[in-house]
Amino acid sequence: MAIKVKFFASLREQQPEGLNAVDADGIQTIADVWERATSTQLMPAHVLCSVNLEHREPHEAVKDGDEVAFFPPVTGG
Amino acid sequence: MAVKLEEESFDPAAEIARFEASLPVGSFGATASFVGTMRNHNEGDSVTAMTLEHYPGMTENQLEAVIEDAKKQWDIIDALIVHRVGEILPGNPIVLTAVCSAHRAAAFDACRFLMEALKSRATFWKKETLASGEQRWVEKNTPGY
Repeated sequence: MAIKVKFFASLREQQPEGLNAVDADGIQTIADVWERATSTQLMPAHVLCSVNLEHREPHEAVKDGDEVAFFPPVTGG
Repeated sequence: MAVKLEEESFDPAAEIARFEASLPVGSFGATASFVGTMRNHNEGDSVTAMTLEHYPGMTENQLEAVIEDAKKQWDIIDALIVHRVGEILPGNPIVLTAVCSAHRAAAFDACRFLMEALKSRATFWKKETLASGEQRWVEKNTPGY
């Protein structure tokens, strides 16, 4: 029972190395994943997120086996 | 439709030529393209290098979706997006968008759309290395319109 977690760019550098999953037990939303993965209460407003490679909002649901990613505003091009 | 992420520097003119050659001869009357190139300065500082991080899988999906969106909005024959990842030096091309269509209006408009859409949607992140040796993440893109 696990949810894969990925961080990118500046957020990746702020997380401990080796963190790549959280226990899915009790997790309902993306924001829950953030709180469990980072041990902080609130997901900052500027942080963007995705589930299984699709953009999502923090209140949206996740389930066991999903891949959740957190990242700052994109700056390509 | 083609989306390419390149770990090494690429030649935009050669990419456009290959793209055109992949289409039926005589099928298009217009090719519009845009090339984004790395500057040696940003926000008043000298920049000596840049690293482009991306989200493998999601980035390619988004670029393909951007092209699909363009095809829904304009009568185009095909489109190409080439984007660098990894370490980039000033003067290197970062991105190429190209569109072929029967007439110029659709090619111009769709090419502009591809650039603006990828800059706001595609999961790339730039980290600059300054002349001082300091490294910093680029926090946001400049508005295009």
